[in-house]
Amino acid sequence: MPGKNSIVIRLVLVITFSSAVIFAVTLGYNYYQSRVILQNELESNARNLAMSLVNRVETQLTAVTKVTEGLARSMEISELTEQQFHSLLRATVEKNPEIYGSFFAFEPYAFSAKSRLYAPYYYREKGKIAFDRLENSYIDYPYPYWDWYQIPRELGKLEWSEPYFDEGAGNILMSTCSMPFYKEIDGKKQLQGIVGADVSLDALTEYISSVKILRTGYAALLTRNGTILAHPLKDAIMNETFFSIAEERQDPFLRELGRKMIRGETGFVHYKSLVGFTSWMYYTPIPSTGWTLAVLFPESELLENVRKLSMTMAAMGFGGILLLTLAVIYIARTIIKPLQLLTAATDEIASGNFEVMLPAVRSNDEVGVLTHDFQAMQASLKEYIKNLTETTAAKERIQSELKVATNIQASLLPRIFPPFPDHPEFEIYASMVPAKEVGGDFYDFFFIDEKNLCFLIADVSDKGVPAALYMMVAKTLLKTEGQRLGEPAKMLASVNRILAADNDTCMFTTVFCAILDVTTGEVRFANAGHNPPLIIDSHGARYLTPKSGLMLGAMTETVFTTERLTLEQEGTLFLYTDGVTEAKNPEDALYGEERLLKALQTAPQGDLANMIHYISSEVVHHAGGAPQSDDITMLAIKMKTNNVSMEVAGKGA
Amino acid sequence: MSNIWHKNRPHRKQHSLTAVMSALFIACVLALPLGAAETPLKNASLMPMWSPQAQFAGYYVALDKGIYARHGIDLKILRAGPGCSPAESLEKGTADFAILWLTTALQHRSAGTELINLAQIVQRSSMMLISKKTAGIETIDDMDGKKVGMWEGYVSLPLRTLFAEHRIKVREIRQSHTVNLFLRGGIDVTSAMWFNEYHTILNSGIDPDELNVIFLRDQGMNFIEDGIYTMEKTLHKDPALAAAFVEASLEGWRYAFDHPDEALDIVIKRMREAHLPANKSHQKWMLERMRDLMRPVNPQGSVGYLMEQDYEDVGRAMQKHGLIRSFPDYNAFVWRADAGKK
Repeated sequence: MPGKNSIVIRLVLVITFSSAVIFAVTLGYNYYQSRVILQNELESNARNLAMSLVNRVETQLTAVTKVTEGLARSMEISELTEQQFHSLLRATVEKNPEIYGSFFAFEPYAFSAKSRLYAPYYYREKGKIAFDRLENSYIDYPYPYWDWYQIPRELGKLEWSEPYFDEGAGNILMSTCSMPFYKEIDGKKQLQGIVGADVSLDALTEYISSVKILRTGYAALLTRNGTILAHPLKDAIMNETFFSIAEERQDPFLRELGRKMIRGETGFVHYKSLVGFTSWMYYTPIPSTGWTLAVLFPESELLENVRKLSMTMAAMGFGGILLLTLAVIYIARTIIKPLQLLTAATDEIASGNFEVMLPAVRSNDEVGVLTHDFQAMQASLKEYIKNLTETTAAKERIQSELKVATNIQASLLPRIFPPFPDHPEFEIYASMVPAKEVGGDFYDFFFIDEKNLCFLIADVSDKGVPAALYMMVAKTLLKTEGQRLGEPAKMLASVNRILAADNDTCMFTTVFCAILDVTTGEVRFANAGHNPPLIIDSHGARYLTPKSGLMLGAMTETVFTTERLTLEQEGTLFLYTDGVTEAKNPEDALYGEERLLKALQTAPQGDLANMIHYISSEVVHHAGGAPQSDDITMLAIKMKTNNVSMEVAGKGA
Repeated sequence: MSNIWHKNRPHRKQHSLTAVMSALFIACVLALPLGAAETPLKNASLMPMWSPQAQFAGYYVALDKGIYARHGIDLKILRAGPGCSPAESLEKGTADFAILWLTTALQHRSAGTELINLAQIVQRSSMMLISKKTAGIETIDDMDGKKVGMWEGYVSLPLRTLFAEHRIKVREIRQSHTVNLFLRGGIDVTSAMWFNEYHTILNSGIDPDELNVIFLRDQGMNFIEDGIYTMEKTLHKDPALAAAFVEASLEGWRYAFDHPDEALDIVIKRMREAHLPANKSHQKWMLERMRDLMRPVNPQGSVGYLMEQDYEDVGRAMQKHGLIRSFPDYNAFVWRADAGKK
């Protein structure tokens, strides 16, 4: 079962994640850009709205300013009688509905030397024009000390007062536009008093408060001191300044913003409104009074459409990604399905079932090609296995045949000991352990006449079947020529001539061949390149040093020499092949001639079979489990001391 | 530092005699409510110096929290503000107690009104002269020939004394209770109280670093302001009432400083009743400054105590500049309940 690394899961994860990231980035950028565009449009919208409101307010205020200036000019240029300026004041209030009341407030003793203060005041009361004297209504705190009097007096110019509640007029919110008027006395401009007009701000603030921007946006009005004049926070009106709110909220940004406003700056800022929502605010001064008008656009409502659009896009994108995921799953499945079938089929093949049907090739894509290749591979494998089976069968047949050959070869060598029970004057024993099924070594012994025993040991230069066949030839030839010629050197020369004559396979054989006169113990021998044999007698064990001679099968005209020695009573001649001395242990150390010599010195002397088995076990011990690389062949012959029996034997022959 | 507002402050141990007497007095005061259940509350009235604001938070809080009632007083706080003179009200007998500046009290005493200082609430003068940095006025001498806004009446006595000492002549402009004349540039320098007008100016958008500020107390004019006063005859008629009134008032102040939010709510409620613009952050500033102003200058001093040295300084300065002919002996001017018990 494929786990986390399954192609389907990886494909789905990578594609879904990538497309989600791309989509999110696109959506975010779109939202951000929409906001920027909206904000740019908003700024001009906000400016237009603010300017139209400012114009509305400004028109009213400018009218009052003009009237006030007109009153002051009238007092300055024309010598008005008391009655005249009274009717002027009255007419001013009557004709200007935006003016609540109007007054002339004279400097102390400026109107008359008799009375200190004089300030006629006409104002509206219940739809009619009423009259009062300000010097009488402001007893506790005489009028020359009120802001609307003092400020224009000290500054010498027209001023709009900070809005205030007029308790006498029924607690209405007012602002007074007042300015000084002068009179030329002795060529000097002398301050006569202050002329002013009161304006009720209730209508104005109501108008500003009634402005609704979207659902929760609003317009607000601040005075020159930052006092809240019109604002949805009703409790703050005339109680709080922008700065006291900033102090209460410990908001330095708010204070800095307020300072910009009262400095008469115009600005467009993103900020958290006093009511508590994030908004865009445009603020601008009202020129005549220096007050600030602000319009606030709630950001959440402005961005509502953008947000809705973004939400819709997000939903669509989500659906799209879901669809994409399903599509990816589908595609991946269609790719994976034949792969999975193929995997199942190849699993079967891997477990050895070459007959399983591979899925049919439906498409020409990579999977199709892969399936096709697998089919080809399956066919090749089947063919290969078939061949292998045939080869194995052939090999097995050869093997069994080789076994038979081994048996035949073994049966060719004399294996019955003692071979000549009626010859007690000597003892002979031999053994051959082949390295492969069929060996290249051989030995032989046979009587060529009544008293001469021929014995020999040979080693064919190869092993296996060819060596065995060659050995057969050599053995047969040696036996035949031995019996015909009865002389070792002649035997070898004759056999060599025959073998070398047409030695196409370039096979050779070393031979040590000897003839023992069993009556005298005389041994004639000739060597064809074989290892020197050993002799063990009363002088101890030692190597013979025969003339080396050339191995059989090399050159046609090789000459061999017959040498002689006499085996004394109980003397033994030990023949061996190089399989003994060249037996290797796991460290590749050869058994060697030294070890062989020592082994023979310590070997049991009584029975030749025991001696050969002892040497054999020594060699196996030396090999220490290393595989046998060459045939191990040994032959030993010994003269016996029993003359009686020898004679009996001689007679018997 | 808050413990200085409380009776059981540790340094009292250094004055064992005072401590014993205070303990006797506290015991006496604490015993009062027990008797109050039987005896009817005594009627009394207080006229503050100005309309309701945190400058008088202690009295409004004491009344609102029933502290006066607990001390056996049914107190009425009279309307004050423009056109109301607390000193005249005392003289006429329309008020039993009043909050007056020390200078005002001495002036009236010099004119023959038998005023007695029951407690000195404010321990350091909070009067200051403010100018805009742009006007380049950094010292009192720089004010020579400048337009200086001054309140009418005795309130400006310290200023006149100061200008006289510096031998400068300023153009006195009588200023109203708004700061607009100063803000618009109608005057170069304005008189202001640290706890009130200074903060109003800040909250009209002027930063402190745009202003040059001179405290009168730093000019050797520590004309300490608010104190509790009564007429000598009122005191003689019922010294226990005066003692209870002072004790309850100080307790009211302690409560106000310990529970500023509650105190501000009480003050603002009073302001709304009087149809005054009520601004919580401004009242908060005022209450915090009152706390600073009431803290005794001498760490061993006690709240409400008129230091003899302060008294002599103010009296002598006023006398020197001809504002009063003479001033009474400290002990004749000041009455303390614990002193009375001696």
